[in-house]
Amino acid sequence: MADKTIQLKIKRQPNPEVAAYWEDFELPWRPNMNVISVLMELAMLAKTKDGKPTTPITYDSNCLEEVCGSCAMLINGKAHMACSALIDDLEQPIKLEPLSKFPIVRDLAVDRKVLFENLKRVKAWIPIDGTYDLGPGPRQSEAQQNEEYPYSRCISCTCCMEVCPQFNEDTGFVGAATIAQVLLFNLNPTGQMQAPERLRALMGDGGIHECGYAQNCVEICPKDIPLTKAIATVGRAVVGQAVKDLFTT
Amino acid sequence: MPAAPKVIVVGGGLAGLAAVIKIAEHGGHVDLFSIVPVKRSHSVCAQGGINAAKNLKGEGDSPWKHFDDTIYGGDFLANQPPVKEMCEAAPGIIDLLDRMGVTFNRTPEGLLDFRRFGGTLYNRTAFAGATTGQQLLYALDEQVRRHEAEGRVKKFEHWEFLSAVLDEEKTCRGICAMDLRTMEVRTFPADVVIICTGGIGAIFGKSTNSVVCTGSAQSVLYQQGCYYANGEFIQVHPTSIPGEDKLRLMSESARGEGGRVWVPKQPGDKRNALSIPANERWYFLEEWYPKYGNLVPRDVATRAIHKVVYEYHLGIDGQPMVYLDLTHIDRAILDKKLEGILEIYEKFVGDDPREVPMKIFPGMHYTMGGLWVDFKQRTNIPGIMAAGECEYQYHGANRLGANSLVSCIWGGFVSGLEAVNYAKGLKTRYESVSSTVYEAEKKRQEDTNARLMSSDGAENPFRIWREMGEIMTKDCTVIRYNKNIREADAKLVQLLERYRHINLSDRTMWANTTIAFARQLYNMLQLARVVAQGAAARDESRGAHYKPDFPDRDDKNWLKTTKASFAPDADEPKFEFEPVDISLIPPRPRRYDMAT
Repeated sequence: MADKTIQLKIKRQPNPEVAAYWEDFELPWRPNMNVISVLMELAMLAKTKDGKPTTPITYDSNCLEEVCGSCAMLINGKAHMACSALIDDLEQPIKLEPLSKFPIVRDLAVDRKVLFENLKRVKAWIPIDGTYDLGPGPRQSEAQQNEEYPYSRCISCTCCMEVCPQFNEDTGFVGAATIAQVLLFNLNPTGQMQAPERLRALMGDGGIHECGYAQNCVEICPKDIPLTKAIATVGRAVVGQAVKDLFTT
Repeated sequence: MPAAPKVIVVGGGLAGLAAVIKIAEHGGHVDLFSIVPVKRSHSVCAQGGINAAKNLKGEGDSPWKHFDDTIYGGDFLANQPPVKEMCEAAPGIIDLLDRMGVTFNRTPEGLLDFRRFGGTLYNRTAFAGATTGQQLLYALDEQVRRHEAEGRVKKFEHWEFLSAVLDEEKTCRGICAMDLRTMEVRTFPADVVIICTGGIGAIFGKSTNSVVCTGSAQSVLYQQGCYYANGEFIQVHPTSIPGEDKLRLMSESARGEGGRVWVPKQPGDKRNALSIPANERWYFLEEWYPKYGNLVPRDVATRAIHKVVYEYHLGIDGQPMVYLDLTHIDRAILDKKLEGILEIYEKFVGDDPREVPMKIFPGMHYTMGGLWVDFKQRTNIPGIMAAGECEYQYHGANRLGANSLVSCIWGGFVSGLEAVNYAKGLKTRYESVSSTVYEAEKKRQEDTNARLMSSDGAENPFRIWREMGEIMTKDCTVIRYNKNIREADAKLVQLLERYRHINLSDRTMWANTTIAFARQLYNMLQLARVVAQGAAARDESRGAHYKPDFPDRDDKNWLKTTKASFAPDADEPKFEFEPVDISLIPPRPRRYDMAT
């Protein structure tokens, strides 16, 4: 057991201007390791498998509990959070690559600000009057809370966008995560008042009609958010809104 | 008409976002700086809930009782007036979050549901499953995004705070920060700066904190002249899941919903947990603390677990672990109220806590101490304020569970309002400050980077960090002996010496995480000495600070706030002490094993 090792192939790219290449790494196995703890060890080691000095690997991470959404990457070709990817569950050599649908920053780090921009586009917030004391919000049933809660657990990891065949530069599709947030705010008794605005934001270029129902999103989601249900519900509402708008303008 | 107040907020967790919202609402303009996109801040890790005495369970709860529990739980070390204000504001804060759309759990009547947490006998904790911090952070993030879309807020994400820009009068006029992608160092002028940079978990190596919680910003400001208060008060959470990369929190809400802590009575019992009959299990918290049971405050539960493991040698299978058992609770209730944390245990350990008792052990969790602030969240340097976990104000010697979220939001609100007032009252705005002030600070920071880049010793920064974490965890957490703490401080001096011979394995100028880490490491080492020396000085036991050689609280000599300031000549902290404001509740003995 003392000789057991972990073998990795990691895609390196020092900056967006240069070509990517692969480096091989090896380090001693310990029980209960995850991909993050391996990357931490490699930062200290800073050597490839052949003993050649190399730089620590750049990657995004923060909470390491699968709630902050930072550490999404391709692990053996599959979009996954690096913190919850346990070494003993992975086939070796473990291949680590950056998500492929977002601009590369360096190594395993990519720029995912498009999601935050999309959330602006659909006005994913409750427009409260102010932070002064206006008493409690509207009462809600337990059933209603149960319906909303899963969507409020989205960690913005963008895995659903990575695996979506329609999420690309040609379509400009907003992706499942953003649509699920529209549903969350449209379900809220106060948020409902601005539902038409959010639905209209999903019409036109990159809107909800771009979805090709591949259903990859719901399968990859680390938080088991019912994304296809959200897309179907919001899709119907968008059509309804479009028809309504047609007859009122 | 004078230009709108210009405020810089550093840190986009709950406190920072709360401050931003207040400033934007009151006509100010904000530049918001964060190492990570603000939606990924450490506040997402808070699980169990947020306290407010709304008294919706007919128990006769009140803000005064919340205040009393908080002061008593903090072992009377907190100044009382701001804590009272926070507890009075808490019910309104819950209403506001409810209006922002937080998906709080509900009662059959459609009202907010509340559960019990540690250190109280009331159901006072509102919650959204077991992901309350995540839901609260998102609610504030959404409001800030709205202000951003409307042009009142500009975000600088993936930027790291390096220092405050101080003018000739030692007044803060902005900050110096580094773009973590281009590595550009730049100064940003402002009328006032609010620091909301969270806890210092990384100083202890592994903790329940997120990667960004290094305390680097607080340490920089301490080195620039801010007081750092009560640094020795570090909360070790009784129930965390030991891991290779971090200690994952297992929320107090598990016990709030009926979870029971136990060990087999037989040392080294090899049987599977479920096959051990009830009369062969020792529910030591329930036996020692019959009134509060499993819901004693965290410092008390942590010491009890240490005692059972290290004095009675009753850790599971001889290991430093005890059981946290939920298996007697109905699955449907567990899923409805605790799903988020059960999922963490399942994913990272591989067992289903609905079926088998969890194995847990205490882990470093929260920083009660922090930047010294007055009741308006102002540090001693004009123009620098602080809110949230990075300041020391609300939790005394031990924080009660579910009080952190409320203190972050409340402190953020107070600081945001005060920042606008301060900016409006300024005689000279930042526009009239000489550009040489900014250029000098920028050069100082660029020189530090150049020094690190060209340093070619043999020391690896990640190894120094690991050693610091081991020293701090061993000698400066649950049980403290003066001899060991002094030795720990001497080792920190050695690590600082080794730091001079650091070698960066990455010298490129694009998204170089190694240089950013090396800078943080230096600041962690300096702040670790504040923690260690503060602990050495305080010869008593109070809240989370426990010395077996001085087992009692000593109000005569130590009912006072520790204030550390940096002595540049000696390159170490010097200490002074200030009396605690106990004007509202006279101190009484803190005894959770009997009614008081």
